[in-house]
Amino acid sequence: MKKKFSVFDVINYTLFALIVIVCIYPFYYVIIYSISNPELASQAVLLPKGFTLQTYKTIFSLNNILGAFGISVARTVLGTGLTVICTTFLAFLMTKQEMFARKYVYRFFMITMYLNAGLIPWYLTMRAYGLKDNFLLYIIPSAISAYYMILIKTYMESLPMSLEESARIDGAGYFRVFCSIIFPLCKPIVATIAIYAAVAQWNNWTDNYFLVNEENLQTLQMILYNYINQAQNVANVSAQTLSDAATAVKVTPMAIKMCITVIATAPIMCVYPFLQKHFVKGIMMGAVKG
Amino acid sequence: MGKRKMGKIKAKYRLFLMAVPFIIFVFAFSYVPLFGWIYGLFDYKPGLSLSEMDFVGLKNFAKIITDWSDLSRVLRNTLVMSGLGLLAAPIPMFFAILLNEIRRPLFKKFVQTTTTLPYFISWIIVFSLSFAIFSNDGLISNILKLMGSSETFTSILGKNNAVWIFQWFLGIWKSVGWNGIIYIAAIAGIDAELYEAGRVDGANRIQLIKNITIPSLYPTFFVLLLLSISNILNNGFEQYFVFFNPLVADKIEVLDYYVYKVGILINDYSYSTVLGMLKTILSIVLLFSANKLSKKLRGESIV
Repeated sequence: MKKKFSVFDVINYTLFALIVIVCIYPFYYVIIYSISNPELASQAVLLPKGFTLQTYKTIFSLNNILGAFGISVARTVLGTGLTVICTTFLAFLMTKQEMFARKYVYRFFMITMYLNAGLIPWYLTMRAYGLKDNFLLYIIPSAISAYYMILIKTYMESLPMSLEESARIDGAGYFRVFCSIIFPLCKPIVATIAIYAAVAQWNNWTDNYFLVNEENLQTLQMILYNYINQAQNVANVSAQTLSDAATAVKVTPMAIKMCITVIATAPIMCVYPFLQKHFVKGIMMGAVKG
Repeated sequence: MGKRKMGKIKAKYRLFLMAVPFIIFVFAFSYVPLFGWIYGLFDYKPGLSLSEMDFVGLKNFAKIITDWSDLSRVLRNTLVMSGLGLLAAPIPMFFAILLNEIRRPLFKKFVQTTTTLPYFISWIIVFSLSFAIFSNDGLISNILKLMGSSETFTSILGKNNAVWIFQWFLGIWKSVGWNGIIYIAAIAGIDAELYEAGRVDGANRIQLIKNITIPSLYPTFFVLLLLSISNILNNGFEQYFVFFNPLVADKIEVLDYYVYKVGILINDYSYSTVLGMLKTILSIVLLFSANKLSKKLRGESIV
């Protein structure tokens, strides 16, 4: 089919080019700022000015950044693993029509999507469970998600029953069936859920903000927020940089902020383009369920 | 035969037994906090047990009236932000329609990837990016300086009369690509014969969009609109928390922020609990009303 490039097309392509720039440029700007010479960085618009990695070196010499990076990675890996295992197994149980009181059990889980106790009751409950200043706060409460459970259950119900039935006749128990038959078949949806959970874990900071004061347990997002907002932190960094006066490059508070932003965004930016189809699949399934 | 039946009955309870740990878990983390609503009836004092606290009846509910001058401002902000959000509801639809007109698959894919990226970053990162661009040391200020402007630059982050529009813009920036995906899927599902017939009748692209694509997307649009109406009180906390500063305080405090402010900053746990509780209950009422409306108008439920 031959298509000519009409006025409509010109406007349309231009519009999308502009939208893309608006979406991407802020990320690009932060990156070029972070690798510019901090004293010249304010002149960087399209390209870095006076390339240097000194700011990154300074940042990684601040002991709280590496630690926070470790905490963020740990909560993402452990939290995602726990969510995927628990929610997938629960979804499997929920596909079993023969379960005692299945309808009520299912509703019991579904209601949690709409019932939100509010900040203070949540805060007091978590504190009562001893999760204040506790790493487990990051990974335990999110172990089961009703929304993910629906997505996985819907997927499982689309699988052919025959495989499972033949295994059951051979005498395999529910747990065996789940581990050796159902879970491997669910890889596509499990991948999607794992990515959602991982992004949510990496980005979460409210639990940290409300319940974790312990310095060694701060997440990268929280540290970034503190650096942007609190003059105190930046002053500390500046003091430290002054003591590094021997190095030719002087690090500025703005450069520090930009560097941490890049570090906190990098995992998502690196992983996202390759896994985009999984992200999209997830929302489609959610939409089908509606 | 009998043995088989026994096995079936056993299986029924064995399955339930396997679900019990999950039931306990969800009870502990999603239902137990609801019991905290009881603090709304007491005068919460840290360190005391419930039996030692003063029972104050509906006094914390009455605070809504004495606090009305603040609360009404917060509700105004909440409804303004939600109202602007509703106004923006057609944007993802038009985004998808226009993107669908792009014939180069590679460019299309590139647009989709780049425009959905903002959805997957935290509000702290959004704040940091905004800071890089709009603050006094940010890009715009720097460009003005490079151009030799001598005017003093005031950052939009601290402009009281621009907060609503700016936060609205950020909300659209973050979600338009993502919300567009649902419409892209819906467009892909439209019967190609409809377009064929339209073309035979001599319709051009604009006419096809107007008469075929848009009407086909009405159901999707309607469901999403109802869902956002039911979420009118839930603007979320993170966006308004990270962009909060004293200069814009009176325009940016929405209900989710206010629940935090009363509870954590002012330390009035009981009143904050009451506000959070009312918010949840009203949201559920709104959701079920929207659901009922949907059933009545379309014969389909949304939850």
